[in-house]
Formats: sequence, structure tokens, C-alpha cells
Amino acid sequence: MTDTALHPAAPIGSQFEAHHGDHAHHDADHKPAFFARWFMSTNHKDIGTLYLIFAIVAGIIGGAISGLMRAELAHPGIQYLTTWASFLPGGEQGLDHSLHLWNVLVTAHGLIMVFFMVMPAMVGGFGNWFVPLMIGAPDMAFPRLNNISFWLLIPAFTLLLASPFFGGAGTGWTVYAPLSTYGEPGPSVDMAILSLHLAGASSILGAINFITTIFNMRAPGMTLHKMPLFAWAVLVTAFLLLLSLPVLAAAITMLLTDRNFGTTFFDPAGGGDPILYQHLFWFFGHPEVYIMILPGFGIVSHIISTFSRKPIFGYLGMAYAMVAIGVVGFVVWAHHMFVTGLSVNVKMYFTAATMVIAVPTGIKIFSWIATMWGGSLRFKTPMVWAIGFIFMFTVGGVTGVVLANGGIDDYMQDTYYVVAHFHYVLSLGAVFSLFAGFYYWFPKMSGKMYNELLGQLHFWVFFVGVNVLFFPMHFLGLQGMPRRYPDYPDAFESFNVLATHGYEIMAFSMAIFFVNVIWSMLAGKPAGDNPWGEGATTLEWTLSSPPPYHQFETLPRID
Amino acid sequence: MRMMGLKTILAAAGLMLAGAGTAQAPAANSATPVASTAAPAGKAPAGQANAVASAQPAPADAAGSPAASPTPALDHSGDPRLALDGAPQMTATPRIGQPTDGVIGLQPQVTKNGERAHNFHNKILFPVITAICLLVLALLVWVVIRFRAAANPVPSRTSHNTAIEIVWTLGPVFALLLLAIPSIGLLQAQFKPAPANAVTLKAIGNQWYWSYQYPDHGGIEITSNLLKEREQVAAGERFRTDADGPRLLAVDNRIVLPVGVPIRLLTTANDVIHSWAIPAFWIKLDAVPGRINETSFTIEKPGLYFGQCSELCGARHAYMPIAVEAVPPAQFAAWIRAKGGSMPGAAAPTTTAKDPKAGSDAAENIAAAENDTAPVENATAIAPATNQSATNNRTGAGNAGL
Repeated sequence: MTDTALHPAAPIGSQFEAHHGDHAHHDADHKPAFFARWFMSTNHKDIGTLYLIFAIVAGIIGGAISGLMRAELAHPGIQYLTTWASFLPGGEQGLDHSLHLWNVLVTAHGLIMVFFMVMPAMVGGFGNWFVPLMIGAPDMAFPRLNNISFWLLIPAFTLLLASPFFGGAGTGWTVYAPLSTYGEPGPSVDMAILSLHLAGASSILGAINFITTIFNMRAPGMTLHKMPLFAWAVLVTAFLLLLSLPVLAAAITMLLTDRNFGTTFFDPAGGGDPILYQHLFWFFGHPEVYIMILPGFGIVSHIISTFSRKPIFGYLGMAYAMVAIGVVGFVVWAHHMFVTGLSVNVKMYFTAATMVIAVPTGIKIFSWIATMWGGSLRFKTPMVWAIGFIFMFTVGGVTGVVLANGGIDDYMQDTYYVVAHFHYVLSLGAVFSLFAGFYYWFPKMSGKMYNELLGQLHFWVFFVGVNVLFFPMHFLGLQGMPRRYPDYPDAFESFNVLATHGYEIMAFSMAIFFVNVIWSMLAGKPAGDNPWGEGATTLEWTLSSPPPYHQFETLPRID
Repeated sequence: MRMMGLKTILAAAGLMLAGAGTAQAPAANSATPVASTAAPAGKAPAGQANAVASAQPAPADAAGSPAASPTPALDHSGDPRLALDGAPQMTATPRIGQPTDGVIGLQPQVTKNGERAHNFHNKILFPVITAICLLVLALLVWVVIRFRAAANPVPSRTSHNTAIEIVWTLGPVFALLLLAIPSIGLLQAQFKPAPANAVTLKAIGNQWYWSYQYPDHGGIEITSNLLKEREQVAAGERFRTDADGPRLLAVDNRIVLPVGVPIRLLTTANDVIHSWAIPAFWIKLDAVPGRINETSFTIEKPGLYFGQCSELCGARHAYMPIAVEAVPPAQFAAWIRAKGGSMPGAAAPTTTAKDPKAGSDAAENIAAAENDTAPVENATAIAPATNQSATNNRTGAGNAGL
């Protein structure tokens, strides 16, 4: 990178491709041997691949856990927990042990999906793969830092997965004190806390890497206002990570010392305050939800533009809407705490501030539709996922407007209405954008085309499945069903049965997905450099599929 | 939302005292054979409560007759179907104060703020969000049909339109402002402090049951545990019958609160954070160790109302329900006496309420309660480290402010 100015910068386009082709034959595709390539990697694409594989594995585990939960919740009464608990150490301890296992499952599902599925896939996976490609950089700014960011996740995940064998952390992903301090003895909560520490450190290092890369390594001519929206999204996300994760780290460190060294940060008996923990946690936790969705916004923007064969509508508005969401996202945290005893003025402020977020979000929704307006739309698999994303995210967004009202939360807080809301923005929002991105970039990453029929089938079955799964949860919440319950009054049965059937449909669609991935890897047609045609205008489509091991030895020039 | 009309169903029906004498006992028992045979199944359909409800018309007058004499219920102590503590043995009204299977919509509300919030949700928020979703869906369907490649082979290159961008920025701003006004109003209404003569109920969360104190009523203390199913208890132990309420909602000792009288709810916890919630009151308030939270509400209709712990508190989080019987003030006073407590001012009359407004608020309520200025002593007894507004109200003098 230091010799940027010395290279004759090639203009973007066919001329550049030819130029690049020359280099590919020399040293661009010289790959290290297997161990060095995958275990000591400094290549952003390989590390991105590792992240994606990791996220898929974690997603399977987290998804399987939700399957266990849906099976248990299918009918009133305790169906399976006792059996499952008997497989774990201490299984003979009776009903409370089984019920604790429920909380362990709830906690593990939340932590895995947030920290080990969505974040690694969005930022580590697609971010690593495509931010350098899109901004015309040869790699990330700090390749070794990039490597350790990934490998920190392995012990983090291992700690979390091992904790159920030491009692299990049943605190919820929020790890509220004092349930997480004197409420849960044994080493497993400490293991979960250390797991979060490592995952957090991984993300902070990754964020530093992305910020440095995006600020310093854009190709000549690519000003910030010409940068692709996905890079914008990852830039905003990286700032959110950098500013919020240290607060989480502080909070859980205090938990750790409260648990083990007799401090009383969150213990009223020693002058501490349990509510302080919640403020610290949600100061991280709310930006965290935008961390999970912002890269998805970027992915969807590119897909909508590509398959409409139109440039994105209102590019600057789109970029600064994400900045606005990031900024406002830091000052709305206490809307997660409306029933903890906040004063009326605080509730009013957080109600109003939370509603403000709907404005930039609305700008994005409308701009996506305006991008399609007047376009020439082709409904390839990535596009149907992206359109599905827009609608499902809208549904999840408007229930967020309901929940933003502090007065409404005296009813809704901690009910299934909240569960429905955040699964609509995450499981139907973030996950839809992940699948959209996966299908969109699969040809680029693998060099093979996925199977279009299976991709479309995956979308429709998944779409039906998750809606049948999560939509009835709104009704359960309206009738008052609390979250995190292994057993519920019989009056909640009908919609729970329905939700469990939805899970079954969703699980079937995932089978289609994996068949498609395996089939396409083995027998997919060669993708070509740009399978999407003239709508795909970002730099990654100017490279071969898969891209050379080292790309952009001659930097592209953006006019 | 189709529940709305049902609220008018006589919520008062079915009021009677467990200890009101043998004359009423057969009325209750007539329903129980039906009910208890269904109980072991554990999966009674939603309409099951009707079996109990069929017994309600008989004592329907009880709501309006404060003369019902509260005899201690000792003579029923061997009967697991009846309350052991002299509490009014009220049965649940279908669809009121409890969830109903298959119903789409909020639970009917029996407090003023609950009604207000319910209307805010049903008449403003829900239509608005539905309209937004339909608008986005319609736009998507339109572009998908109109601008599909076959119908529109040559795409436009339009990528800016300042006017429309301003519209879709300012439009949502105004829409949200319109939403914020009733929302802020609702918050203000919810924070109106209870008047000085309000009945104070202190709910204390424990792993995993609720205990309650009536600090102004002779320090009555009640421990409220989940009632287990017949097959889960040893022979002779009390188990849940349908008269007690639905599975996982029924408790052994319900708390009793007066109708039409402001209730000051204080919550705290002895171990971890719990949350005291009754959907029908639109009330949910975390019970935090070392801290006392306060809110208030006034129950408008007599009835039996259920809620559940709403903050993850450990293994048996799902097994610490809340059950409130709302009765006319005179029955409440009788219940207080039956529990060995005293109505404020009855035993040791003090000066009348300092706040004249507070007194007038409760004019229609318990006469004896009007001169309640008793400090909420017990409310702060458990070393609160952080005092919320709750503890500023010890004498009721600070109520006007906030």
C-alpha cells in the first residue's frame, strides 16, 4: 500500500480487467500450503471464508437450540427438559435442574446467534471479504490483527459451549445482576463472561482494522462519498463496535469481580446498584442491535441496485441515514428498561429519542423502493431475499415503534410481543440480508453458480416458515405471555403449536439451503466474473470469480 | 381486539366469601365436580372456565352487598377446593384478567390508565403501524409488477429527487410527533402519584414466590405460592382446582385489593430482580433488590386478575404467578380484619389527610380509610440502598410534586 502513488492506476472497467489478468499469472495466485493458509492466514478473503464457516456452524448450533426450545414450547407442561437435563452433569437433581436447563438454552441461543452467528457473518465474513474488494484495496490494513480477530472467536465459542457442562449459565443473554452474581454460583457464568470478553476483544480489533482500512486504503479517486454503501455500513458498524464494546467489557468485568472478588458494584448490600448494570449493558446492547442490522442494510442496497439495473436512489441520504442510526442508536438504550423504575422524565426522553430512529430507517425503506421504481427488475434469488427483507424489516420496525412508547411497555415489556419484534428485525431482517448476501456473493466467492431453483425454493419455504413461527408471537404477547418461560398457562397453547410448526417449516428450508450449497460447491456451473450483468457496478465484479489470491496489485482508479 | 365488548360482562359476578357460611358453599361446590375431573388433564381448553362460570349467576348480588359477613374460613380448612385463609373465594370470569386461547388482542383492561393505554394501542398505534406495513407492501407489489424486466426492459437512471426525499423524511417526523403526543400524555397519567389515603400494597419478589405486605393495615403479610396440580402434590395437600384459576396462574393465597380505591404499589425483591405484572391493570414494575419502585393504579371492576413474574429470575421463573382479587371496599375491610389487620384509622384515629385533594379523590371509598396518614414505615424497612420516588412519599406530603 505504501507505493500506491507509484503504480499507474488503471481505470475501472474492461481495460482494468485485462491489466489485472496479467498479474494473476505471476504471483497473485500463489497460495501458501494448507496449514499456513487456513491457520496462519493473513488474507482477508480466506479469513472471511473462515468467519463464514464459523458463522454457519454457530448458526446450526444456535438454530438447533431454538428447535429444542420450540419442541418444549409446543404444548403446555414440561415435555422434554427433564430428559435433556439427564444428559448433563447433575441431571439427577430434579425439576429445578431441568428448569435451569431451559434458561441455559435461552441464554445460549441468544448469545450464539448474536455474537457467534450474525456478527461473524456480517462483519467478519462479508465485511472481510468485500470491504477491501469494494474499496479497491489489496487487503485489510492489519492482516495479522485480522487473523487474531478470527481466532479469538474459537476459544470464546468453546468457553460458551462448554459452560453447560459446568452447570450452565441461565442468566439470559443480558446477564443481569444479581441473577448473574450471587444468583448463579459455579464456574459457568464466569465462562460465559470470559467468552463475551474474548468475542468482544475480537470485535474491537476487527473494528479498528475496518476503520483503518476504509479511511486509508480506498482506491485513488474513491472519496467517502463515492464509496459503496456496504463499506459505509461496515464503517458505521465498526464505530459502533469500537465505542460500545468497551462499555460491555467494563460491565462484565465488574460482574466478574462481583462474583469472584467480593466487590459490590451491582450489589445493594455493598452500596452497588443492579440497575447500573442494566444501564451499562444496554449502552452496549442497543448499538449492538444496529451492529447486527447495518451491514445488512448495505448488502440489501447493493442487491436492490444490481437487480433493478439502477444506481441506488438517494445515495447520500442512504449513507447518512446509517450514520444517523448509529449516532441516535447510542442515546436510546434505556428503552430496554422502561419498567425498572425510571423517572417519568427519563421515560419521556427515551420514548421520544427511540421514535426518532424510525425516521432514518424510513428513509432507507423508501429509498430502496425508489431504487426499484423505474428499474428493470429481475427476481434472482438474492433479489427475492432482499425484497423479503424490506417487507419483513418494516413489520419488525413498526412493532418497534409500538414498543418505543414507555407507557405501552408497562404491558409489553418482557412479553412475546418483544420476542416477535426482535425476531422480525433479526431473524427475518438480519438473517434475510445474510442469505441475500450469501446468494449474491456466492458466485464471486466460490466461482460457482448456486442452483436458482433451490435458491428460490429456499426463500419461499423459509419465508413461510419464519412468518408462521414468529407472527403468532405477537398475539401471545398481546395476551400477556412472558418471555423465557419453559411452561405456560394452557391459554397460550394454540399459537405456540402454530409457532412450532413454523419452526418445522423453517428447518426444512434450511435443509434445502445446505443441499444447494453442497451441490453448488461440487457441481455448480462456473460463475464468470460478473454473473449479474450491468447492474452490478461495484469493484468486486471486475475481478475474476473467485478473485485472485492477491487482488489490485495495480490499484483501480475511480473517476 | 374483539375482546373489547366482553369487558362489560358482569365482572362482578361470582363474588362471594369463602367463609360466608354454608349457604353459599353448595353454589361453589356445584361447579367443582365438573371442574376437578378436568383438572388432572392439565390441558383444559379455553372454555373450561365456563364450568366454573356457570355457578356465577347465583351469588351475583354479592358485589353490591357489602353486608356479606366475613366469617373466618377455618371450617373449610380441610377442603382443598376452598381458600384456607378466609379470602373471598372468587372465581375467574372467562377472558377477564387472564389470557384466552386463540384470541388476538390485548387483555381487557380494568384500570383507567389501562383503558387509556389500551385505546392508544388499539385506536392509534395499531392502525398506524398496519397502514405503514400495507403502504410498504403495496409499493413493493406495485414496483414488482410494474417494473419487472419484462414490463420495463429499459431502466431509468434516476437517482435523486430532492422533493420526494424531503417528503419521506418530514412525513414520518410528523407522524411520529402525532404518536408522541398521546404517548407522553399516557406516561404522565401513569406517573400520577397515589393520594395519601391510597391503599399501599408492597410486593416482594423471592425465588420463587411473591410475598406481600399491607404496611398501612396492621402489617399483614401474605405469602403467595403457585398452586400445584393434583398429580404433583402429596395426598392431603392442597392442589389447584379450576375454582382457583388456570394452571400456572392459580396461587394458594391471593391478595385482595379494594375496587375504586387508589392502590399504591411498591415493589422490591429479596434476592434477584423479579417483575410484578398484571396485564389487566396495565401494570408491570420490576422488583429490584435494594430498591423500592412505586406506581399506582385504581381497579375499576371487581374480579379476579392474574399475572406472572416478568423478569428472568432463575429456574422457577415461570412458576411464581400473581393473583389479585378486587372486591368492594367493605369486603376488603372485612378481609383485612379477618387477616388480623386493621383499617387505618379504625384502631387509632389520626388527623385527616393532609392533602385535601387526596381526600376528595377517595370520597366514594372506604370511609374509614380517609384519614390515612400512617407513614409507610414497613415499605422502607428492608434497607433500600437507592430510593426512588417511592420512599419520598412516606407521609404522603410529597405527592403533589414529582
